[in-house]
Amino acid sequence: MLVRKPAGGQPNPNFVQCVNCKKTLFTAEFEASLRVCQYCGHHHRLNWRQRVAFTFDADSFVETDTGISSLDPLEFPEYAEKHQQAQAKTGMVDSVICGTALLDGRPVSVAVSDFHFMGGSMGSVSGEKVTRALERGANEGMPVIIFCASGGARMQEGLLSLMQMAKTTAAVELCRTRGVPYIAVFTDPTMAGVLASYASVADVILAEPKALVGFAGARVSKQAQVHKAPDDFQTAEFVFRSGMLDRIVPRREMRSTLVSLVRLLGGHLHLEAKKVG
Amino acid sequence: MAKSWKEWEKPILELEEGIDKLEQLIAVERDVEKKASLALRAQEYREKLHKFIDVRYSRLGPWEKVLVARAETRPYTLDIINAVFDEFVELDGDRRIGTDHAVVAGPASLEGRPVMVVGQQKGRNIQERGYRNFAMAKPEGYRKAIRMFEMAERFRMPVVTIVDTPAADPGVESESRGISEAIAASMLSMFSLTVPIVSVIIGEGGSGGAIGIAAANRVLMLEHSVYSVIPPEGCAAILWRDPAKGPQAAAALKLTAQSAHELGLVEEVIPEPFGGAHRDPGETADRIKEAMLRHLAEVAMSSPEAIKQARYDRFRILGRFSGQ
Repeated sequence: MLVRKPAGGQPNPNFVQCVNCKKTLFTAEFEASLRVCQYCGHHHRLNWRQRVAFTFDADSFVETDTGISSLDPLEFPEYAEKHQQAQAKTGMVDSVICGTALLDGRPVSVAVSDFHFMGGSMGSVSGEKVTRALERGANEGMPVIIFCASGGARMQEGLLSLMQMAKTTAAVELCRTRGVPYIAVFTDPTMAGVLASYASVADVILAEPKALVGFAGARVSKQAQVHKAPDDFQTAEFVFRSGMLDRIVPRREMRSTLVSLVRLLGGHLHLEAKKVG
Repeated sequence: MAKSWKEWEKPILELEEGIDKLEQLIAVERDVEKKASLALRAQEYREKLHKFIDVRYSRLGPWEKVLVARAETRPYTLDIINAVFDEFVELDGDRRIGTDHAVVAGPASLEGRPVMVVGQQKGRNIQERGYRNFAMAKPEGYRKAIRMFEMAERFRMPVVTIVDTPAADPGVESESRGISEAIAASMLSMFSLTVPIVSVIIGEGGSGGAIGIAAANRVLMLEHSVYSVIPPEGCAAILWRDPAKGPQAAAALKLTAQSAHELGLVEEVIPEPFGGAHRDPGETADRIKEAMLRHLAEVAMSSPEAIKQARYDRFRILGRFSGQ
C-alpha cells in the first residue's frame, strides 16, 4: 500500500508508510513508538535531533564544537557540491554532532552520527568531533556514549579520512587509561572505517535490531563467498552471534539500558566527583 | 591509460635484450674496428636505456604508481626483512583460533639490537598468493600482531611494521570472526605502547588493512608506494559506477607517497634506486634500513611515556578543517 495521497498529490501528514512492511501508520503513533513500526518492528533511521530527544534527559543536550567545518583538502571532484547539498538538506555542518547531556541526571559526553549527511561518512570534521567527545569524557571523567551511523570513511578526503580511524582509536585508548567507560551504539548502518576503528573497541557495544553492521560492502563480501553467507549476514543479529557485540536493544529500551550501564560502569566517576565537591 | 606496469617495462626489457645481444657480438668479434663500432652502439643504447628509465620512473602518475606498487617483481616484506635484519625468528598463531600467513611477525635483530617486526606478505605465484591470501590479513593476523606488540612492550623492544596489503580480508569468515574489531584492537594496542614504533609502507597501503598496523610514531613510504582510504577501482565504482575509471580515482584520491608527504601524513619518502625498487632490492633494503635506524633512534630519545604521548599527538593533529 502506498502513502495515502489526497487529490492534490501532497502526502497526508497524518500518515506515514513503513519503509520495510509498507503498511500505513498514524504519524502520531509512529512518533510515540520512537519511529518503530508497530506491525513489523522495523527501526526507522533517526536524525541526530530525534536520537538526542529519544535518549537523553529533556533539554539537557548542549552541543559543542560547532565552529569546525569541512574543507576540501584534496579538491576532490564534486565534493564541494555534495557537501553543500548535504548541509542544505540536513541543516548540519557535517555528519557528526557532539556535546554533553544528562542521562538520568548524570553528565555524559556524547557524539551522534547522522546517516542523512553524506551517509554518515567520517572525514576530518567527524573524526575530530568523535575524538573531542572521547577526550572530553576522558579529561572530565564523564562516561562517553557514541551513536554510530555511517557507511565508513569519507572517500572525498582520501588519506585524511583514513587517519581519522587511528585518531579516534587513540582517543579510545585515552579513555581506557583514565578509567572512563565508553559505550557505542551501532545503528543502521555501522560499516567499514567506522566499524574498524572507534566503534568496535568500546567497553560496551549495543546495537539496534536489524542494523546493518559490517566491514566490507555486503556486495564485496558476498561476491567472494556467497554460499557461506547466512541470510542475516552483516546484521546486528549476525554480529551478536559472532560475539562482537554485547546486546541488541530495541529502541524503546535503549535509554534505560544506557542509564543502567552509565550508573554501573561509571559509578567510580560519580563517587570521585562527589569527593571533589 | 596503462593497464599494467609491464606496458612501459616491455620496451625497457627489449632494449636490455638488444644490449645483451650486442655484448655477445662484441665478445666474439675479432675485427678491431668493427668491435669498436659495436661497442659505441652498445654505449649509445645503454645511454638511451638509462635516459628512458630515468624519464619513465621520474614521471610516474598516480595510477602508474598504483601499478608499480602492485608489481610482482617488487621486493616484498620477507625480502626486506631478510635483507635488513641480521636475524629474524618468525613466530605464529593468534592463541585463539588459528594463524594467518598474510602476516609475518617475530623478533629480529637490527644492527645487533632486538626489535619486534610485523609485516604483511604477498605471494609471487599462484600457490604463494593462495597461501598468503594476497596479503589480505584476517582477524587472526591482526591478533597475532597484537601478541607481538604486547610482547614488545613487555621486553622493551622497538617495533617495526612493514605495510604491503591491498586491503584486509573481506570474506564472510573474517566478518564472523570480527575483522573490524581486530583492526581497531590492533591500532588500540599500538597506541598503548611506550616503545618506539616505525612503520614502512613498501608497496600497497590498502585502507583499514594498512592503518591497522600503521599507528606508529613515524610512518615512512617508499617512493613508488601508495597509501589510500579505498582502492581506486572501488572508489570509481562508487562515484562513477565504473571501476574502469580507476586512473581518474587514483588521481583524485592523492594516494602517492609524495601526496601523503605533502599532506603531512608521513614523515619521509624513501627514494627508490634508479628505475624502481624492483631493479635493485638490495639497495632498496639498505635505504629502508638507514631510514628505519635513524627514525627509531630519534623516537627513542624520549622517555617511554613521552614516546606514547608523541604517537598520540602525531595522529591527534591529522585532519583538515576550518574553525576551532
